[in-house]
Amino acid sequence: MSRVVIIGAGLSGLTAAVTFAQAGRASLLVSMQPSERAQSVLAEGGINAALDTMGENDTPAEHFADTMRGGVYLADENAVEDLTENAPETVRWLSSLGVPFNMQAGHLIQRNFGGQKKKRTAFAKSSTGKMIMTSLIDEARKYEAAGLIKRYPHHEFIRLLTDGGRCSGALVRDRYTGLCAGIDGVVLLACGGLNGMFPGMTTGTTQNTGDAAAAAFVQGVELSNLEMLQYHPTTVGIPGKRCLVTEAARGEGGRLFIMRGEDRYYFMEDRHPELKNLSPRDVVAREMFFVRRELGGEVYLDMTGLDSEVWKTKLPDLREELISFLALDPKESPIPVREGIHYFMGGIRCDRYHRTSMSGLYAAGECTSLYHGANRLGGNSMLGAVYGGKAAALDILRRFPDSSEGGEIRFEEAAGEFCEPADEGLIMQISGILLKGLGIVRNEQVLDSCIGELDVLSRARQYNAREGARLSLARAMLISAKERRESRGAHYREDFPERNDKLRLEGVVTSSGGQITHRFEELPEGKEENADQA
Amino acid sequence: MQIRLDILRRKSAIDSPYIQSIDFAYEDKGESVATALTKINRSGTVSPISWECSCLQKKCGACAMVIGGVPRLACDAKLCEFEKAGFVRVEPLKKFPVIADLTVDRSAMYDALREIRLWLEKGLAPNEGSLDTAYEASRCLQCGCCLEVCPNFYVGGRFYGMAAGVPMSKLLAQLDKADRQRLAKEYSRHFYAGCGKSLACKSICPAGIETDALMVNSNAAAVFKRLFG
Repeated sequence: MSRVVIIGAGLSGLTAAVTFAQAGRASLLVSMQPSERAQSVLAEGGINAALDTMGENDTPAEHFADTMRGGVYLADENAVEDLTENAPETVRWLSSLGVPFNMQAGHLIQRNFGGQKKKRTAFAKSSTGKMIMTSLIDEARKYEAAGLIKRYPHHEFIRLLTDGGRCSGALVRDRYTGLCAGIDGVVLLACGGLNGMFPGMTTGTTQNTGDAAAAAFVQGVELSNLEMLQYHPTTVGIPGKRCLVTEAARGEGGRLFIMRGEDRYYFMEDRHPELKNLSPRDVVAREMFFVRRELGGEVYLDMTGLDSEVWKTKLPDLREELISFLALDPKESPIPVREGIHYFMGGIRCDRYHRTSMSGLYAAGECTSLYHGANRLGGNSMLGAVYGGKAAALDILRRFPDSSEGGEIRFEEAAGEFCEPADEGLIMQISGILLKGLGIVRNEQVLDSCIGELDVLSRARQYNAREGARLSLARAMLISAKERRESRGAHYREDFPERNDKLRLEGVVTSSGGQITHRFEELPEGKEENADQA
Repeated sequence: MQIRLDILRRKSAIDSPYIQSIDFAYEDKGESVATALTKINRSGTVSPISWECSCLQKKCGACAMVIGGVPRLACDAKLCEFEKAGFVRVEPLKKFPVIADLTVDRSAMYDALREIRLWLEKGLAPNEGSLDTAYEASRCLQCGCCLEVCPNFYVGGRFYGMAAGVPMSKLLAQLDKADRQRLAKEYSRHFYAGCGKSLACKSICPAGIETDALMVNSNAAAVFKRLFG
């Protein structure tokens, strides 16, 4: 049973598949739609690595320190050390695959991004994710032709196959035919963030439904730090979703203001004089919430001061997008912006080698809880996705060296658990409750009432397996936010507004027999040697 | 505001197609055909309409279909554009096999890219000179709209169309002369020889890719062998 089944063909899944192929190992790449449709193509701003191309003496150690500080010390130090040490090599590898990163005088240009004191973000104008994906897809194609990557590009993950508590494969369904197949093997979940828990309210895609993580959760896989949702400060509402205005807009000089009487009040510059508009995302988002509550009206992002060259060479797609969706030209007038759910720092609990709590199951990319602690820095998500996919693949190669083919894959009529979709009305009801409880500012009273509402909803009727899993995951998210009685990073409790370092602990949720339990676990000690990887 | 969507439906490839007319009320001028399809499916008033969708902001190409007779992305087709007529016809892309309703199987595009072996055999040194071309070409969504309007393309033919031409132009620009010979041959055979230069692809591309400029570069590199050293 050493076939490898990768669920998700975005940055993480693709990188893992390519890593396996480079080692001569075959893998199956299962995704709802082809890689071109993955959420990774939406990533705009860039990817962090201490390449030190800007003459600022940047080092991986500083990247490590910024990432840990940005995540308010809730990430696994060992994992973050691996990530930041390997970041330069990761970006150089991407560049060698033909990613057209912006360059100047023979080296990659790096720009400022939130929460970091040095220019560390390599980028390809304002479509870095799309550019990286295009080159990775080309690379994967080489191995598809060689038979080392077998794509299942219109196939949905239904649930894990388990055998005595360990993962033995995945049940997938062909969306075109409706037929299902159980595929045995080691499984790597690279299925993205939990956007589908908040339909229409995130910057992500409609394909990241959250069903995969919810199924894994009720099948016994531990999740952690689910309260850590990142609200991106600058998003605009378009029908069906929140649309991101990249942090690069502020990196290049965009300024946030709100009207105070007749005057523009540049509140970030006034209240956070060190990092100003480029403070970490949680700080900016919260400040926007408070300043709006204080003064009324909307917060605006003023990009009219950016010069034409910046629009042309660094942010061309952003301008086109705002004109198309808002009928506003950011070069001419400030854009009204609001916080929007953008990233899930919490998710499937895993260690630095991307092993989950279930033997035979790995996770990488946004579906995991690993690198970003309580708040992710801009430019670290693509890095975490690419490096994470590679790290997971390398560990699987080490621990599951047998490359035997596995059993025959036969698609057939299948009904049963998790095959039925969740009712759309229920999805919206759950989302409504979560939005109330998991806003930018939270408190115990509201969280308790949300948990109560969810309990009532859970008892209202019989639910199918998918609906049950979604209800369980929603409950776990609310309980996680309730139990963390402190404010840290993206999690702000107005009843516990201070950070409490006794709670510098990982909040772990488990589901067993319909019961959800939450516990705090010590974070792994830092600087652990790599010796024992078996 | 009220609009009627005439949707060409079909339960599966072997079932007969039919038009289903659905009245849809909307308030926001930004609402698109994608919004309507999402809301209609959510309402449960008709049997679920099969269609593909992912990013809702013109960046993934999933929701390409024929709207008002024109291939385009459903998320970019605003309902208010059809306000005057009072209705809009929504059909699947016609050059690809239908799976159900508005979902088609676009695997021919991916097969073509594999066929022409569109990949790098070895790592590239970063090259400032090719950045703009590589960037422009990398923006291709693989949505298939260009193939739909192309008078020369059909699935199964030797001409692979602009959906292969654009990705080829990335590597033709990035590879040096010695390394691009094989791809140049593929370009000549599967693109240059079949393209009738109607350039219908240019005005239809939802990403606004400058297909003509890319073609000029690729022709020079692969056919006339005059540019790029």
